[in-house]
Amino acid sequence: MKPDEHVYAVRAYLGVYAALVGLLMATVAIARLDLGAGNAVAALVIGAVKAVLIVLVFMNARFSPPASRVFAGVGFFWLGILLVLTMGDIVTRGWVPSAGE
Amino acid sequence: MSVATSAPRNYLTEGTSIRSWLLTTDHKRIALLYLVTITAFFVVGAIAMALIRLELMVPNGTMINAEEYNKMFTMHGVVMVWFFLIPSIPTVLGNFLVPMMIGARDVAFPRLNLASWYVFVTGSLFTMAAMVLGGVDTGWTFYTPYSSLFSNGHVILTIVGVFIVGFASIFTGLNFIVTVHKLRAPGMTWFRLPLFIWATYATSLILVLATPVLAITLAAVALERLFHVGIFDPALGGDPLLFQHLFWFYSHPAVYIMILPGMGVVNEVICCFARKRIFGYEFVAFSSLAIAFLGFLVWGHHMFVAGQSIYSSMTFSILSYMVAIPSAIKVFNWTATLHKGSISLETPMLYLLGFVGLFTIGGMTGLFLASLAIDTHVHDTYFVIAHFHYIMVGGMVSAYLGGIHFWWPKISGRLYSEFWGRVAAGLLFLGFNLTFFPQFIVGYLGMPRRYHVYPPEFQVWNVLSSAGASILAVGYVLPLFYLGWSFFFGPEAGPNPWGATGLEWRTPSPPPRDNFDETPIVTEEAYAYAAPEVAGG
Amino acid sequence: MRHRRWPVAKSEPLLAHQFSDRTQQVEADSLGMWVFICTEVMFFGALFTGYALYRFTYDAEFRLASHPVSFLLGSVNTGVLLTSSLFMALALHAAQRGDRRQLLGFLWVTAALGVVFLAIKLKDYSDLWDHGLVPALHFAPDLPMPPRAQLFYVFFFFMTGLHALHVLIGVVVLLGLSWLAYRGRCSPADHPTVENVGLYWHFVDVVWVFLYPLFYLMGRSS
Repeated sequence: MKPDEHVYAVRAYLGVYAALVGLLMATVAIARLDLGAGNAVAALVIGAVKAVLIVLVFMNARFSPPASRVFAGVGFFWLGILLVLTMGDIVTRGWVPSAGE
Repeated sequence: MSVATSAPRNYLTEGTSIRSWLLTTDHKRIALLYLVTITAFFVVGAIAMALIRLELMVPNGTMINAEEYNKMFTMHGVVMVWFFLIPSIPTVLGNFLVPMMIGARDVAFPRLNLASWYVFVTGSLFTMAAMVLGGVDTGWTFYTPYSSLFSNGHVILTIVGVFIVGFASIFTGLNFIVTVHKLRAPGMTWFRLPLFIWATYATSLILVLATPVLAITLAAVALERLFHVGIFDPALGGDPLLFQHLFWFYSHPAVYIMILPGMGVVNEVICCFARKRIFGYEFVAFSSLAIAFLGFLVWGHHMFVAGQSIYSSMTFSILSYMVAIPSAIKVFNWTATLHKGSISLETPMLYLLGFVGLFTIGGMTGLFLASLAIDTHVHDTYFVIAHFHYIMVGGMVSAYLGGIHFWWPKISGRLYSEFWGRVAAGLLFLGFNLTFFPQFIVGYLGMPRRYHVYPPEFQVWNVLSSAGASILAVGYVLPLFYLGWSFFFGPEAGPNPWGATGLEWRTPSPPPRDNFDETPIVTEEAYAYAAPEVAGG
Repeated sequence: MRHRRWPVAKSEPLLAHQFSDRTQQVEADSLGMWVFICTEVMFFGALFTGYALYRFTYDAEFRLASHPVSFLLGSVNTGVLLTSSLFMALALHAAQRGDRRQLLGFLWVTAALGVVFLAIKLKDYSDLWDHGLVPALHFAPDLPMPPRAQLFYVFFFFMTGLHALHVLIGVVVLLGLSWLAYRGRCSPADHPTVENVGLYWHFVDVVWVFLYPLFYLMGRSS
């Protein structure tokens, strides 16, 4: 690593840390408001942003070889499949009354 | 071209103590450790099946009672799925061949490879203990709330075994993924890889992405069984279907773990015995990845009548039709490869030709099952059993045996008897069809699965099926004898008795510990078979 | 100038025989860790899915049930883990420069913060125990609880417990890594080991980043 790369790296880490703490405080503040379903959405979106920052910067995914970057995303994408199709069942179960109701 | 046919210093002769085998990190020896282990489990699973088919010879069998019958089919399923089929080709042929096919000295993590075998054996001890202590009667599918609340069998012990064995799968898959990405020889680009590697890679993706979900799901069942906290108990607010979603999220891709490697073997054997390059290399390569991906989108087709939402069922039905497409692409490409090929019918070719036909039948009956209307009629009947056995046995076991025969000269340095090989392949094909085709019929007529008694009008089909099973058994047992005999007494094979392409055939038979004396440099495409008249040897 | 006698590494980092050069080995080890993290995502993911299903079905009851869970402890713990990730990243940075003192210091701070996390979690759990909200072991709530509260707490303890186990394993691995570094394996060429441990540690942080809103932030608006 060249010397200026080191400085850049520390600055990136500290910057991301500040952003993460800021997002944490935002989450806390939002939780105190009543947004109905929006609370969960906001909290999870902020969580996702934090996760992306940690993966890209702390875990150095942005400088990793392509194969590593693909696997960094693959797990979350596959979890998405599990969540979407399972929740698809639960959410739509009540939609059509079955015979006899 | 004459080459030295004896390989005095090879992976088999490097160290002959038990310790050198049990502490080996050589992928080839680990492959043989797995070969011995899974063969033993195949015998266990087959014995369970023998008892089942004997019981089913008569409609009101009294050889074993209902509870024992439930334990038999559970044992058959658990052992065959997790202790034979899922490991089979990846841990035996995959472990042996992957490094050689890509020009490497070993896998990326050899100690992890050995660890996976020990984890496998450890897990199997728990499940075998459960079987010996009285077994489990939930079916290999462990549906809740029966498994979590009501079954009196050794559910937790069995589950612990399967949980542990899952980690062996994960280690193997992780190892192959990193090996294929990082250890390819110079010049071995992705599109010069043997298609067996593409298939193994796709299988490894499924192994690492699906198995963790099974592990947690089974852990939840164990937790529920111990503490009755309500995860799957409707009385406490739990949803039994949650179990099915999580279980099948793993178990459907698991069937692709079982079949993809078999499809990989087909490419190698068909190209060799048709002396032709595969038709549509890229299509076959990408179809493996497509199967791995699409296979994760279809699990709900096991739950059409379980109570999931109708919209969910429709979605899964459409997706299930889509997953047939890459499989069909493979079958078309294999057929096109055979067309105008210079075909010879050695034993491996017989097995793999059988695979193509039987897999096609099994796959097409899968389309019937993907249709909501038909599935409502045949769900939980012998139609389903015939469908998946056409794929698992007619397909997968044929491919496994064909692969074992094809690479046997490389593994053992010896040639097996072609006569007995063809006899065994023929008996397997005959016995298999006699066993399972009647099951399509009797299932469509309404005979349910997992019952030890049935209406008398179904008897003739059951008798045919049991008769077929006895022939099938001979077909399974024969290779144990003539392959075992050839290991010690067969004629020496030489490096490339089939005249096949592929880096594994450029090493002596058996190969040395590090596979290659020098790292090979790859300059030609895969399956560079010469024109038929000038086939090498 | 102080002369402290640090142990010195006796040999260069090993090249395992299956690799043709060090770069290949480093890349393979790193890719292996990323694939492992994929498996962990699916491992926790199955539980997230179960929780999502029940949270959807029993939304109002879960909100009520979650009130005794400590907002303060959860938020503090989030800060603790985020800070530990920062120090882990700085430790990697020190390893890349071969700075043994900084590496050791940052590794110890990371591990210490992990221990702090576990201590706070222990307090969190013991508070819930006092309220009789631990399914299977002591579920006799001293507060009015809706019927599905037990299901909420099953997932709470299963998921945060599994996560805490991963934190504990991480702390042990960090201490092991510190020992290796102390013994002299901390030249810049050794940094991949620190990097891979870091990947694991950051992943454990990411899991918590999702657990926190799902369990600690529900129904907090008053």
